[in-house]
Amino acid sequence: MEAMDETFERPGPACPACTGASCARPEPAQSETGNLFFSVPTVHCAGCISAIERTLEAMPGIRSARVNLTLKRLTVDADPERISPEEIVAALGKIGYEAHPLDPSLVADPNRDAGSRDLLMRMAVAGFAAMNVMLLSISVWAGASDTTRDFLHWMSAVIALPATAFAARPFFHNAWQALKARRLNMDVPISLAILLALALSLHETANSGEDAYFDAALSLTFFLLAGRWLDHRTRIAARSAARELAALEAPKAIRLTETGEETVPVGELAPGDRIRLLPGMRVPADGVIEEGSTEVDRAYLTGETVPVALGPGDAIHAGEGNLTGALTVRVTAAGQDSTLSRITALVSLAETARNRYTSLADRAAAIYAPAVHLLALAAFIGWYLLRGDAHFAITTAIAVLIITCPCALGLAVPAVTTVASGRLFRRGVLLKSATALERLAEVDTVLFDKTGTLTRGTPELEWPERIPPRAFALAAGLARGTLHPLGRAVLRAARARGLAPAEVEEVREIPGKGLEGRHDGRRVRLGRADWVGAEGGDGMESWLAVEGEAPVRLSFTDAPLDAARELIGALRARGLDIHLVTGDREREAALLARILDIEPGKVHAEASPEDKFALVEALGGRGHKVLMVGDGLNDTAALAAAHVSVAPGTALEAARNAADVVLTGRRIDLLPALLDTARSARRRILENFALAALYNAVAIPIALAGLASPLAAAIAMSMSSITVSLNAMRVK
Amino acid sequence: MNVLIYLIPVSVLLGALGLAAFFWAVKNHQFDDPEGDAHRILRTDYDDHPKE
Repeated sequence: MEAMDETFERPGPACPACTGASCARPEPAQSETGNLFFSVPTVHCAGCISAIERTLEAMPGIRSARVNLTLKRLTVDADPERISPEEIVAALGKIGYEAHPLDPSLVADPNRDAGSRDLLMRMAVAGFAAMNVMLLSISVWAGASDTTRDFLHWMSAVIALPATAFAARPFFHNAWQALKARRLNMDVPISLAILLALALSLHETANSGEDAYFDAALSLTFFLLAGRWLDHRTRIAARSAARELAALEAPKAIRLTETGEETVPVGELAPGDRIRLLPGMRVPADGVIEEGSTEVDRAYLTGETVPVALGPGDAIHAGEGNLTGALTVRVTAAGQDSTLSRITALVSLAETARNRYTSLADRAAAIYAPAVHLLALAAFIGWYLLRGDAHFAITTAIAVLIITCPCALGLAVPAVTTVASGRLFRRGVLLKSATALERLAEVDTVLFDKTGTLTRGTPELEWPERIPPRAFALAAGLARGTLHPLGRAVLRAARARGLAPAEVEEVREIPGKGLEGRHDGRRVRLGRADWVGAEGGDGMESWLAVEGEAPVRLSFTDAPLDAARELIGALRARGLDIHLVTGDREREAALLARILDIEPGKVHAEASPEDKFALVEALGGRGHKVLMVGDGLNDTAALAAAHVSVAPGTALEAARNAADVVLTGRRIDLLPALLDTARSARRRILENFALAALYNAVAIPIALAGLASPLAAAIAMSMSSITVSLNAMRVK
Repeated sequence: MNVLIYLIPVSVLLGALGLAAFFWAVKNHQFDDPEGDAHRILRTDYDDHPKE
């Protein structure tokens, strides 16, 4: 749970101390009806539901509160005049549940999603009709004859025709689209089998024939719709969960107007606007600094951990975190036109490369569809030449089409992905792409971003025990009010060692230089080496100088995540090659590589977004299947170009959008488990294809021989679908 | 066996009634939170006014 807390309290290194500052907390999620939505990731039982609902409903201004345990979401109907989302979050925090406001406009309920409900309705109709027709068919198979059989057949036709017309429409539609584009897809043989089965059955019924395939046509429709629906639902659920994470960031900007200041959504900013940036805010658009100086955190943009000092006239870019000084910035480019556009162009370039992947299901369909059509044609021609009986030849050909019905194939992939992504969702892994699991299973090389992915992305004080306690206490005292990551690191380290910060008066922050204050009448400074009068060294450092004493050096490092070393070992054990790529300097990269035991030849430092992209392409060009793991804007192109990509939940929205898989929180340690599930899922999918092939190997000769009856078709179809679904349950 | 002429349509109609009930349930969001509803039934506090 700790990782989770960390995620939400600290949205990322670009903004190290948002608590209390106005930046990362989104504006209250509030719609016009007064309905508030919160994500409550820790609810898990009836007790939680009761506690939350009872607590909230006892609060003034709340009309009702409802927990949805499936989605781990809380919906509150509140009076916006009397209660704010922050108060609700605080109240929930008091009873031990973390809650995060969601933007209601982004909250899409998967069950209310029209597409999924549409499929569910069609599936219900197909299932209902299939059951009824099956009952009637059983009477026929049991020996009904003459008028009774005709009546039962007509009854079946009356149910089956409107039911398939409604239920199988998605297949007809897709097949038609494919044929119009002169392609063959899985829906073509499906539609053909359904239509021909209906036509043949109708012909048989009208001529008082024996064999009608109404039940086969309907159960085929039902099983296939079940597969489609599962597939659709999983994808929608994962996508909306990923979108909800996005809803946690609803950035606003303070625009300066002639009358004063106004808070506007970032999307409304236009070039020429003047905006005010307070310490702790994320820069909303590209611009030029007009007034003030500061230090900015570029970790997300470049992967550098050390902040950069900027002053009037300097350019500032969207996505950077403003750390130490208040600024007035003139916007030069906003939204799509900003620096981001360069990266966006790269990302779209990368995505076109990615589209070359064909899923296992499509590959199976590409073999299956022509094979089935050729077999049916062969059956027709063969029997016609052999017997000269057109009716028998057609019946046999259609029987071949029906009996090779692709329902096992249609269920083979969605049944497995549904089980696998359901398991992963409960552990906090969101699959955004339907084929992500298949692609993950093929991975042989993992490319890690450094800052924020393998490391905390915030500096940590090195060797705190070597710092004299008095200097340490003074440094902590100075750093108390700052947002600068080095200052925060000093304060954290002091707290961890149980050291009380010394009382320092008149503390001022001088952007680009450091902190200054007075203690016992003497001036104390914490900051850059040249400013405090010391000889600067290598790496991330800060110096503490008390007037009249020798300065003390404090050095910092971007510490790896606790789980990182273990993670690398676990991935190696799975036969993967590990690479590290970062925009940070050589020294920092080498240091981390040494700690994590990555060979120097596989460390790529000072890489620009283009370099990262090129590296992914180069590895892919050598035949490697690359998994890219990254969280920054500079990683987005590489994420989109890689065979498959993973972003931690702490990543920037752009990175999460580009990635195929999002891990909630900073649970990078879930990667080995994710790979295991992916490999297991791929195995099950292949097994399912083998089962479907095996079943066809038995059924097709029987059908070709002209021996297939509607009863045989019904049994074979149900058996194969059930076997495939049961096999899917075995995914780990 | 002529009775089948009435009975089969009657049974189909009854089935269709069930289908209509299912449609109604889906439209009324009865399947929105299957997991939560499974837990809710085990709660100790008696719910006099179930929320929709």
